[in-house]
This record gives sequence, structure tokens and C-alpha cells, in this order.
Amino acid sequence: MATRLMFENSCEVGVFSKLTNAYCLVAIGGSESFYSAFETDLGGIIPVVKTSIGGTRIIGRLCAGNKNGLLLPHTTTDQELQHLRNSLPDQVVVQRVDEKLSALGNCIACNDHVALTHTDLDKETEELIADILGVEVFRQTIAGNILVGSYCTFSNRGGLVHPHTSIEDLDELSTLLQVPLVAGTVNRGSEVVAAGLTVNDWVAYCGTDTTATELSVIESVFKLREAQPSAIVDEMRRSLIDTYV
Amino acid sequence: MLSKTEALIGQQFMKIIEHNSHHAHPSFPPPRRRLISSPVAGEARFSLSLSRLIQSYLLESLAMEQDTGMFTVPQTIGSVLCCKCGIPMAPNAANMCVTCLRSEVDITEGLQKNVIIMHCPECDSYLQPPRTWIKAQWESKELLTFCVKRLKNLNKVRLVHAEFVWTEPHSKRIKVRLKVQKEVLNGAILEQSYIIEYVQQDHMCESCSRVAANPDQWVAAVQLRQHVPHRRTFFYLEQLILKHDAAARAIKIQQMEQGIDFFFSNRSHGVKFVEFVGKVAPVRSRTDKQLVSHDIKSNNYNYKHTFSVEISPICREDLICLPPKVALSLGNLGPLVICSKVTNSIALLDPFTLRHCFLDADQYWRSSFKCLLTSRQLVEYIVLDVESVSSEVNVGGSKYALADAQVARVSDFGKNDIIFNIRTHLGHLLSPGDYALGYDLYAANNNDIDLEKYKGLVLPEAILVKKSYEEKRQKKRGKPRSWKLKTLNMEVDDTKVRGDQEKTSNEYEQFLRDLEENPELRFNISLYRNKDYQPSEMASVTDGEDLPSVPLEELLADLDLSDVEDSSDSMRE
Repeated sequence: MATRLMFENSCEVGVFSKLTNAYCLVAIGGSESFYSAFETDLGGIIPVVKTSIGGTRIIGRLCAGNKNGLLLPHTTTDQELQHLRNSLPDQVVVQRVDEKLSALGNCIACNDHVALTHTDLDKETEELIADILGVEVFRQTIAGNILVGSYCTFSNRGGLVHPHTSIEDLDELSTLLQVPLVAGTVNRGSEVVAAGLTVNDWVAYCGTDTTATELSVIESVFKLREAQPSAIVDEMRRSLIDTYV
Repeated sequence: MLSKTEALIGQQFMKIIEHNSHHAHPSFPPPRRRLISSPVAGEARFSLSLSRLIQSYLLESLAMEQDTGMFTVPQTIGSVLCCKCGIPMAPNAANMCVTCLRSEVDITEGLQKNVIIMHCPECDSYLQPPRTWIKAQWESKELLTFCVKRLKNLNKVRLVHAEFVWTEPHSKRIKVRLKVQKEVLNGAILEQSYIIEYVQQDHMCESCSRVAANPDQWVAAVQLRQHVPHRRTFFYLEQLILKHDAAARAIKIQQMEQGIDFFFSNRSHGVKFVEFVGKVAPVRSRTDKQLVSHDIKSNNYNYKHTFSVEISPICREDLICLPPKVALSLGNLGPLVICSKVTNSIALLDPFTLRHCFLDADQYWRSSFKCLLTSRQLVEYIVLDVESVSSEVNVGGSKYALADAQVARVSDFGKNDIIFNIRTHLGHLLSPGDYALGYDLYAANNNDIDLEKYKGLVLPEAILVKKSYEEKRQKKRGKPRSWKLKTLNMEVDDTKVRGDQEKTSNEYEQFLRDLEENPELRFNISLYRNKDYQPSEMASVTDGEDLPSVPLEELLADLDLSDVEDSSDSMRE
């Protein structure tokens, strides 16, 4: 199930939130509607935490994480770090990284098993990513863009990459990630897919500009329909109607 | 086993190389800006331009890898779904298919589609605001330039192509198809063609409306005058003007008493004409202007300019008694001299000594003397005896020889015994029995002031001026000439009395004879072959040998165009 959202008149929901299978971080906004959209879907399943990072609201672009851990840039304050450690489940390791490329969300794209990183990240950061997030790390580019965190987003079930990605690149990337990938757009043709979309294994949120076509691409590649309890019934009904007609 | 490992190593190696290549060329992807052409038949062209782009990109990358010696993986452009309609397409900057992009943005929005242009139906020109009129043919390059220039806001898009769409000329519509490019939505360049309709509104331009209101409206008038009783000078001048096309700009030419008036629509045309006349005749001119209207606010003043040009009354073959001062300044020339030639200066010849000199217009007008006797007063003489005094000499381009001659007036001949012994400069032409024209000073009643100033001047009884061919001409009378002249399109006052017309035609006949006799006169004018003339063999055998005529090689063939009637009408034989 994919939901269309808007953060204070901005469609770039991936910038203002971070969604993983174990927790969800939401920027502190002027209105509660953004937070409550997450809370209604995820409340009771995973913690939805309101936070800022380094005093900014663009938390989705600054941090990187999965169900195993959360990497924060060196701009994060001690207070924020403490707040996150308190709010997140105990099995999630929260770690601050001394990396000069401080927008970790732009430089790292990961699911629970694999991570793609910026080609210029430090050796130490790469080791930290592997340790904290428990993933295999590949330095990669997406359609020639080095900001892999911005131009692709993937869960354990599928992924969406920059629309200009060539078929060879797509093959290579899906071999690395071991998930099906598709080139596509969000927010009515925007190629910065990670900014317009935040996704985990069973739910996705995208900007309000996203068209029905884009939404259906997202739902099918992230296998969100199957994730719903009603999916089986839907499937049965569809086949029934097919035969009926 | 070994080969499997090798393959594995090879794969890893490839991966490393790929990493390196990404390092080396971070700007690897296809160019960000892509051309999306959209018009009706756009799909095919779009794919064409895209494949061209890909080709150039591949070539570029090929060159790059040859430069660096690196291995790169060939790239195949994948397809994404159009974000609006969901059809698969090659990715572009807007990530929208051409049709959706077209429905989303119209790059011709805000550009003019209808323009009104002013067109002058008389001179077929178009108004370039504020007040320039540009002459342009229908569907010409100039007109296209003009049309495109008239469009506002065209700097916001890039113009790639412009062409006319055919329209019926009577429809007063011009249609131009423009193809423009503009950047839309994250650097995608959209190309679109659209049609602009220009509505021609007929509006006469300033000069045409002036002409239409009153074709006689002139700005400059040149009044050419010569105060003599005949029009010979003007006949000659008319031919010169025709030869040099000097009055081509005149809007009206009017024959006046003792002269011609030329009217021009522009002052500079008048000035140019006055300068021309100054080069072919000894003239003095003055100019005046009259204020017609003015507008103080815009500092506009409309004047009518009048040029008064006076030609000296001295004509060829005139007998002149030089004023003492002039004679003195010319080295005691004369005082009785014959004017032998008139161009922009006057050539004077002393028939008794064969001395000659030239007076230019300035010198003449400083002491404007008049002639003693004019060529109308020439009397015919018969030559009885000639006794040459000197041999032939060349004076100012023409030959003369001094001679003592015994002549008698034809009117006297056979009636009384009045015979004159005179000296003449025509010794080389005359022989006993010839006829000659001359001034009869014996019978003349002179009251010239200049003549009275010379005390003790003995006037000769007669001064011969030229040989006469009158007797020979008698036979040829009524036969057409082998040549003809063009005439200026001159307005003549028809209220003249019949005698005047006869006089004019006599003078014209005299002028034509002068042309025949004098090759120097023919030098500057164009004679045309008369097609109607059929040479009769009789005439050529009997009197062809003596009578001066124009040789055939001097004649021009008249240009025969569609206006053949007009040209033959304006000829006089």
C-alpha cells in the first residue's frame, strides 16, 4: 500500500522522514498531519519518532539506517542522539559517524542486507556501515550519479532507480542487491526518487504530485499489494471476476 | 575448474575497471538536455533525433575510451513509463511522453498568432513602424524577414525555421509557419511549429498618397530659360537630356515661352538636374524657396524650391561685337567674332584672323554681352570667286582656311551689279558657284551700343558663316530621313496660334539639318534608325555624293519592347 503525502506543501516526503522496517523517523513540522499519517499506519507496529538532526528537518537526507542500526552525521547534537537512543528499540544501534560527506542519506542507500554508497566515502565509514547496519557495502553510481542515496530507493522486496539508468546498469545493480529493480519516477516525473518516496517492506509514502501510473509502478515493484492482509481476497476476487467475465 | 576461476577473476576485474571508469568520468550519463520535438508528425522525428543523440553519445564515449584506453560497458537506454499516461518510452528530462508534454505545456503561449501589417497597394511596400516603408515582393525573402521582425516576444523562444504558407494574394492574408524551440520542465527542449496569420491592411504610404492626391504636387521646379527668339538650343538640350536620362525623375515637363519648366518631387532631384544643365550649357542659376507649411512642434518645414536657370543668349553661328573690355581681356580679339560652338563654355572665332578663344560661363556672365546678328538673319550669297590666302589650319578642333572671296547676294544676283569683295574663313569649303549663308552688314541697320564704342572700325560688307546646301535640298524635300530622334514627354500649351507651330516646325527642320551638316553636334546625342525609311536608288545615285547626311553606322537601333507604339509615337522624323 502506497500513500500520498505532503509535508508542509512540499512533495519531497523522503526528505522529511526516514522509514525502515524497525522504526520511522519524522521531522518536527508545524502541523501534525504529516506525523499522524505515519502514526495511523505504523502506530503500534514500529515506533514513529519525531526528531530533528543537527537542528534541521531534512532528516531523511542526513541519516541512513535499516532495522539493525541508524547512522547519524557528525552534525547531530548529543541531545538528539540521546533522544533517538531512548526512542528506538534496543536492538537498533544508533551511531554517530565522523564523515565529511555529512548528508549520509544522500550518500548511502540500503536495505537490511545490502548498501550502495557514494564512491568517495571514507574507509572507516564503509566499515562502520558494514558493522552497524550489518550489510554488504558496494560503492556504486546510479545512471552516472554518485549520490546513490538520492537516486535510488529499495527495500528487501524491490527497488526504484533513476529513470535514465541503462538496462546494463539495472541488471548489475539488481544482481548486487538481489532484489528486482525498475527505473522510474515519482512526483510527476521527478527523477530524484529517494526524495519523493520513503519505503519499507510493507508500506510506502510518496509525494502528492505522484501520478497514478507512478503509484502503480511503486506498488508493483515494492510488492506492496501482496503485503496487505486483504491481498489474498483481492487476488481471489480478481480471478473470480476474470472467469465470470 | 581452472577456467571457472579465470572467469570469476575476469568478472571481478571487469567490476574494478567499471568502478574506475565511474571514478574517471563522473559526468558519464547522456547529456541532460534532450530534444523533444512534438508536432503532429512528431513521434518519428522524436525517435530519430533521440537515436541521433544516442549515436553521438556512443561515438563520444568511444572516442573517450580510445583516449583513456579504458574499457567501458556498452549502455542500452531502457524504457520508463510516462508519468502521466503510463506508456513505455525512453526516459527524457521531463520523464513524460511527447503527447503528455504537449498537453502540459504550450511553448507558443504568449506568442503572437495574429498580426496586422500595413501595406501600400500602390508601391507594394510594407510599413516598418514608426515610418519606414519596405518594398517587398509577395513571398519574398525580404517579406519573410519583415514578417518575423514584426513579432513581439519572439526572444523568449528560439526560432529554428520560418516559411510561408501559400495564401491567395487577394485574400490580404499572409501566413507564416514558424518552428520554435523552448526549454520546458527540467531542461527538456520542446520544438513546436505554429502558424501566424498576418492581416494586410491597405494604407497608402506617404509618397503614394501625395501622388494620389495630386500628381502635380511638386517640391522643386527648374525653370530653364533662354531669351532668344528661337528654340534651337532647347531642341539640342532635349536630345542631351534624353541621352543622359537627366530628367528621368521629373514628374512633369512643361514647354514654356522661351524655355522649359521641369518639376521634381524632391529638392535633390532638382539640384541634380541643375548641375547637369550647368555641365552642358553656359548657365547662371539662382534658387528660391517658399514656405508651404510648417510644424513648429516637430520642427518640420515644407518648402517649395524654385531654381531659375538662364542659358546665355549666345548661340552657335551668332555674330557678336565684343564689348571693348572683353575684347581687351581676350587679347584684342575681334571685335567682330562668330560664335563657333556652345558647350558649357562659348567658343568665339575671329573670321578675319582665325584667332579663337573660349569663354566659360563665369567669364560670360561677368559681362553678359548680346549678339549683334543672329542666325535667323542669315542671308544667302552666291560665291563668284575664291582666292585662298592661307592654307588650311586647325582651329579648336575644326578646320578653317582664310580666303578672299567675291560674293553677291542671291537676291541681287542677276538684278544688279552689287558685288562684295570680302575675307572669309571658309576658304576650304567654298568654290566659285557655291551658295553660302552670311550676315549682310552692308544692309544691316545696327544700333548696338558696343559697336558704337569702336570709333574708326570699318565693318566688312558681309561675313560668311557657313556653306549653304539649300539648292540641293530642294530636290529632297518631302522625303523622309533615314534617322529619327526621340522626344521628351513635354506638355505643350495648345492655345498657341497656328503661325507659332509652323515656326517651331521650321526651326526643328533647321535643327535636323544642322545635325546632318555638323558631326560635332551629333557627337553627344543619340540618333535612331528610321524603320519606315526606304532608300530610293535614284536619289542615292544622283545626289548622294554631295549632300551631307548621317552615316548609317552612327544610328542606333531602337529598343523594341511591348511599348512599341509609345516609342514610335514619341519619335519625330
